[in-house]
Amino acid sequence: MIKVIDLHKYFGDLEVLKGINNEINKGEVVCIIGPSGSGKSTFLRCLNLLEVPTKGEILINGVSIIGSIKNPKKLNELRKNIGMVFQQFNLFPHMTAIENITLAPMKVLKMGKEQAESKALELLDKVGLTDKAYEYPSRLSGGQKQRVAIARTMAMNPDIMLFDEPTSSLDPEMVGEVLEVIKTLALEGMTMVIVTHEMGFAREVSDRILFMDEGIIYEEGKPSEIFNNPQRPRTREFLSKVL
Amino acid sequence: MDLIYSIYRVLSDKIYFSFIKENRFMYLVDGWVISIQVTVLAALLGIIIGLVVAIVKISGKSPFAQVADWYVSIIRGTPVVVQLTIIYYVILADVSLPRTIVATIAFGINSGAYVAEIIRAGILAVDKGQTEAGRSLGLSEAKTMRYIIIPQAIKNILPALGNEFIILLKETSVSGYIALDDLTKGATLIRSVTYESFTPLITVAYIYFIMTAMLSAGLSKFERRLRASD
Ligand SMILES: Nc1ncnc2c1ncn2[C@@H]1O[C@H](COP(=O)(O)OP(=O)(O)OP(=O)(O)O)[C@@H](O)[C@H]1O
Ligand SMILES: [Mg+2]
Repeated sequence: MIKVIDLHKYFGDLEVLKGINNEINKGEVVCIIGPSGSGKSTFLRCLNLLEVPTKGEILINGVSIIGSIKNPKKLNELRKNIGMVFQQFNLFPHMTAIENITLAPMKVLKMGKEQAESKALELLDKVGLTDKAYEYPSRLSGGQKQRVAIARTMAMNPDIMLFDEPTSSLDPEMVGEVLEVIKTLALEGMTMVIVTHEMGFAREVSDRILFMDEGIIYEEGKPSEIFNNPQRPRTREFLSKVL
Repeated sequence: MDLIYSIYRVLSDKIYFSFIKENRFMYLVDGWVISIQVTVLAALLGIIIGLVVAIVKISGKSPFAQVADWYVSIIRGTPVVVQLTIIYYVILADVSLPRTIVATIAFGINSGAYVAEIIRAGILAVDKGQTEAGRSLGLSEAKTMRYIIIPQAIKNILPALGNEFIILLKETSVSGYIALDDLTKGATLIRSVTYESFTPLITVAYIYFIMTAMLSAGLSKFERRLRASD
């Protein structure tokens, strides 16, 4: 579904991605782990072109997306099929939870207000927040904000969802409720790429782990392989620190 | 008692002489109307110019952006009196326009540069994550601006615009340089017939102060309401 070929990304002179190759299949849940600064976020953000790759190819369903960068229409078309959930939630503070969720369906998909709202309520029910539909983000806890953000992304019916450390800015007692929601999505067969520091979660939910280090995918494999029996020294070193 | 009585006598004489006699207070009334007219119209013009310039600067990289940069630097780098007199005596020298209009144009152009910076700063102050969230949902750049960025930027922009309006009101007091009879000029006109400076000047200062104090009070009330809606 997503094929990445020799992806490079520079910020000025700094080479952050040094040739990434990978293929993510439909329905697959892939977790990306690795030390800080290894390029995990940059890689993820290249997949929906929030960052513009310097070199390389990204194919989605066989079609190169790099060309869409200069074509706003294609770019928006692409992005509406790739949802993204951010570490800092990025809810729109001037809108209630339900308005956050209905904005894109109404303005991008041209869905009617009633239809968008009933869909939003369905999604809020799914993330366990029906009673918070008409609250502003400032009145929600971190975990609740992130669940609204996930519902907002799902409202666009994306084919793929990208998560960049969805629980890293949460208080420990709220991590579980967000991970539960993501697990439910995994069980429903959503294709997901998740950058995370929650090793237990990564092990449980993912079909495949990518360990990134210094701008490359240094090692990859099934969670049981990576966590129980890492093959390469830096993977071992990293896991011995975080586990 | 005598002292207070004599102060009272002197003041009431001065007030009579400066304002009542020959209806001289009308200099101030007429001047006040002109000051308000120029301020309000220049503020509107400034907002229009500022909005356009801010959009040009933010969208960046067009040849217009360079022009917008120059405009803002030049206006902010030169005194408003100099701008006013250049527009009246140089640029519009051969065009016969009412002085009120010339002053409105000059102060509008001046204010536009400051408004542009206020709007630009207000928009840039909105967290980058907001744009990223909007764009990643498939909203176009324009829709992200309209539904997500602008509504949040307004809360930064409106209070600063109110301040700019107060500054503008005070700056129009140099309109006398192009022989426009504004409020400040009203005091000068009274002085030139009475040779008495104290009463008209203090009175004019008082009028400006009352106006700006009222605007400031209204503004803080408005700001409190904006903040309450967070
Ligand atoms: N916009 C940018 N401009 C310049 N350098 C950047 C930018 N974004 C990221 N970098 C640099 O790129 C490198 C990789 O950053 P990235 O955010 O992808 O790492 P990460 O693996 O997600 O780390 P973390 O676990 O801390 O989130 C870092 O050295 C970072 O400083
Ligand atoms: Mg990161």
